[in-house]
Amino acid sequence: MFVLDTIAHRMKRGCETMAYPKGPPPALPDRHGGALKVDGAKCADGCDVCVPVCPTQAITRPAGKPVALDLGRCIFCAACVEVCPQGAITQTGDHRMAVRYREDLMLGNPGKEEVRLAAALDEKLLRLFGRSLRLRQVSAGGCGACEADTNVLGTIGWDLSRFGIQFVASPRHADGLLITGCVSKNMELALKKTWDAMPSPKIVIAVGACAIAGGPFVGNPESRNGAASIVPVDLHIPGCPPHPLTILEGLLRLLGRLDSTSAPLQRPVLKR
Amino acid sequence: MSASTPFALLGNATGIPWEQVPAWPAAEFVQATAKELSRGARLCAWFGVPEGPGACLVAVLAFDADNTLAVGRSSPFSGGYPALTVTHPQAHLFEREVWEQQGLKPEGHPWLKPVRRTNGNGNAPANGEFFRVEGREVHEVAVGPVHAGIIEPGHFRFQCAGEEVLHLEISLGYQHRGVEEALAGGPHRATMSQMETAAGDTTIAHATAHAMVMEALAGTEAPLRAQWLRAIALELERLANHTGDMGALANDVAFLPTASACGKIRGDFLNLTALICGNRFGRGLVRPGGCKHDLESERTVQLVEHLNAALADVEQAVAWFWDAASLRARFENVGTVFPAQAAEIGLVGPAARACGLVRDVRFDHPAGWHRFAQAPVAVWPSGDVFARAKVRSLELQRSGQYLREQLAAPADGDLRTELPSPAPGMFAAALVEGWRGEVCHVALSDDAGRFRRYKIIDPSFHNWTGLALALRGAAISDFPICNKSFNLSYCGVDL
Repeated sequence: MFVLDTIAHRMKRGCETMAYPKGPPPALPDRHGGALKVDGAKCADGCDVCVPVCPTQAITRPAGKPVALDLGRCIFCAACVEVCPQGAITQTGDHRMAVRYREDLMLGNPGKEEVRLAAALDEKLLRLFGRSLRLRQVSAGGCGACEADTNVLGTIGWDLSRFGIQFVASPRHADGLLITGCVSKNMELALKKTWDAMPSPKIVIAVGACAIAGGPFVGNPESRNGAASIVPVDLHIPGCPPHPLTILEGLLRLLGRLDSTSAPLQRPVLKR
Repeated sequence: MSASTPFALLGNATGIPWEQVPAWPAAEFVQATAKELSRGARLCAWFGVPEGPGACLVAVLAFDADNTLAVGRSSPFSGGYPALTVTHPQAHLFEREVWEQQGLKPEGHPWLKPVRRTNGNGNAPANGEFFRVEGREVHEVAVGPVHAGIIEPGHFRFQCAGEEVLHLEISLGYQHRGVEEALAGGPHRATMSQMETAAGDTTIAHATAHAMVMEALAGTEAPLRAQWLRAIALELERLANHTGDMGALANDVAFLPTASACGKIRGDFLNLTALICGNRFGRGLVRPGGCKHDLESERTVQLVEHLNAALADVEQAVAWFWDAASLRARFENVGTVFPAQAAEIGLVGPAARACGLVRDVRFDHPAGWHRFAQAPVAVWPSGDVFARAKVRSLELQRSGQYLREQLAAPADGDLRTELPSPAPGMFAAALVEGWRGEVCHVALSDDAGRFRRYKIIDPSFHNWTGLALALRGAAISDFPICNKSFNLSYCGVDL
């Protein structure tokens, strides 16, 4: 009698949707390194051991300048963290790393040790999308992981629709485009057509290292190295793939549903 | 059977000097391969290796009953050769790929068109010609590349008479990122992360196959503890994906209790992988020469506790699924692939086992930890959506039991060894039973020990044809459940 079984099961389990953002975010595993922090001032003169170990060429060391790490390209393998003799690159354990502007992911210079978290949309767009955002998802050379962890936001634990955010089956119904993948040449036209088919005003969200900058496929002749080469991007969410919490935090931040003035590493609180 | 083959035998995850791989003139090589396939061998890989102005063909065969692989090649040539597909349809996509990559034309191939070639100007893949059924009653339905959900892109072209699907042609290539091309001259520093994202939901299987190929080229293997940990991670990957598939199947027939429960439990399994390595998909765990993160005893205790809870939850959710007569009836006799068809087109993984084929790399070609510990092969005979769901739910039980047993008996020792550089002129092949089926990586090193050729075959490469056959004579409205019952990878094929 599955009807009675399921009712009994539901009563036993209660509400399985997480308390976040009103309550604390779900605990991340101890080996999840979170966002990186780059303190270029700690770099020894002429040291560039982190540069060749980075699989996605996210790190450069221009002559006479501190190390520069592009968190957009980063796949969070932590090879640089392990190899740095000065402790200049460290893991913060912070799940928050969504930004509005590409340059806010460039770390290393004084005052730019950490990501500059995303500000909310402007007032006009917030009035339109703040409590109801319909997204069209396009995977363009994605490996399935960013797609899976975006999909997860629709399950009972995360329940994305409680924020008025839903994924729709047509670009005509969409307010925004959520892109995953490095944008393979073979998907360029389909991505452009999807964008063109959406009514204005519209926003674009790039999820994952591939969609931001090509990820592991940066520089491949078949890759367009990210969504920004085709459409203007309003929100960048780093990761390989980003944890669902990172994606959700980014979306809520964009919609002004979190207090953006809170300092890094403090728990985000719901704005009333 | 394999004892009398003229092909060179090699075990799973081992290497053989390239010069010891027997070579025939092209036409004779095709004949020799056809002979082996006719007496029960299976085509794991068929690809070209550029040599001089032309290329030579290479076949990697599996003799499942004899637990051995076999390899042979043609002498280098250019131009055409008699197609293997004519007698053995399991070669059809391989031969299209060889034609696209090396220009060797399989003469007599019934449907020769590109697999994933770029059009040159940033348009759709150049595979735009479709088989058409003519007639006043016939209509055509085109779906994709972008689908109505959060899913990878691909194009489906249905030829229908009313509701009935007469023919389905599946055109992929949209996800092509140039993975194999980038491996030439490798391994490079991006290689490991590209292997982990070849098919991102199969990270552990692809990473393990790559690591085993690297170890075989170097003439060594990973420490036992790493092999143990890889086997653990492989089953966690299977549990997460099978759970997700059971939920997705339930969702497509509006059976919400199982759908919503499985959505959450899938995440619980992903979190177990994250407990080991910090990443829900297992990125950064498997490395050539071993594993990067250890599963210490305190961590194992925590893992077992969460694992038991998730297994109990999924058992309950799947029990609702099978208890509902309405749901069983919806899946029975829908999307049937007959056992003879399955063998003919070379299905692998749960899709093959759901047609009664006893075919599982963990059992047939044990390498790594599977030489010491195996799970029974889960088989169901009916070949329909029901069978594919049934095999998954059986595998959920068996993977769970396997994990409980293995976690209680860890291997000791080092986690990683320093890998010597690959020997020059070596050929190595590795098969891993990923959650979709056989993941096959093949590498050939050059004189400097770099990759002269690297070939990746995701199980989806074998299985997409199975979905097309499952739809024959089915109602087009049954496409979603047929599709979910296979749940194949697009990027794994497109690479």
